[in-house]
Amino acid sequence: MIKITVNGEYKNIDSVKTISKLLNDLNIDSRKIAVEVNLEIIPKSAYDDTLIKENDKLEIVAFIGGG
Amino acid sequence: MKNDNLKIKVANQNDDGKLVIAGKEFNSRLLVGTGKYKDFEETKQAIEASGAEIVTVAVRRVNLADTSKPLLQDYIDPEKYTYLPNTAGCHTADDAVRTLRLAREAGGWNLVKLEVISNHKTLYPDITETLEAAKILVKEGFDVMAYTTDDPVISQRLEDIGCSAIMPLGAPIGSGMGIQNHLNIKMIVEQSNVPVLVDAGVGTASDATIAMEMGCDAILLNTAIADAKNPILMASAMKHAVEAGRMSYMAGRMKAKFNAAPSSPLTGLI
Repeated sequence: MIKITVNGEYKNIDSVKTISKLLNDLNIDSRKIAVEVNLEIIPKSAYDDTLIKENDKLEIVAFIGGG
Repeated sequence: MKNDNLKIKVANQNDDGKLVIAGKEFNSRLLVGTGKYKDFEETKQAIEASGAEIVTVAVRRVNLADTSKPLLQDYIDPEKYTYLPNTAGCHTADDAVRTLRLAREAGGWNLVKLEVISNHKTLYPDITETLEAAKILVKEGFDVMAYTTDDPVISQRLEDIGCSAIMPLGAPIGSGMGIQNHLNIKMIVEQSNVPVLVDAGVGTASDATIAMEMGCDAILLNTAIADAKNPILMASAMKHAVEAGRMSYMAGRMKAKFNAAPSSPLTGLI
């Protein structure tokens, strides 16, 4: 297991996990969101190949109502 | 008549009625926010009633505690409406740029609303940060619609940087105070070669009409609809108010006079 931060919360996840797998585990539709790892945006095309590392800080954002 | 000596921009008689922003044509001159509604169903109905084609949206963290809840996209179809991601809540150029880069990745759109807020009491735009962010975003290929103060000099700077639309406030965000500085809005309309939208401050339908009669290209509002007792009815009122204001501007108003002038002929009286 490795420790990461997702949207400000600590999480323990399996040591070998891609962004695609994490989104799937979290029940998040990858088409409707954007992911940033350590302040760097990960293109959707790279979700399948990008492995999450120990202490990575992820932000997963979506659109909500706003003015 | 206030500011009567200011040259009024003459309406182009060949105007086909379309609003053009960053090369894209829109039929509606009303842009609406998607915040503050009771639920997504009300949001959807109000937007439909407003006739808006562009809707502003905010970018926020996904709620990991419950990812099964519907998202805005489930009610407001991004294929049908142009999503305009905003940077509400951002206080620095860095935050705003970061947010809009994420928005572009999430939605795939270049058209964005830049707003960098100074303080919570006024929600006035922080101009130095706004200018800084605008430069970076334009360089990165974003089509930037910039929320700004009603200052003609700053508006010109934003246009020179390459912003696609200038959006001066009519009054503070969410205040519903109407257009406070007619002179400055007119100056901005007069000088600009990109669309000018009054963004923030519209409280009721007549405020929107007044802004459109001044020659603004469009109106962006949220709270005036969402906080009305009947948001769906107000959305419809705003649609008509913006259309009436535009038509009135295009028609060219009569000259105001201090003295009365009879409307019926004075000849042939019995």
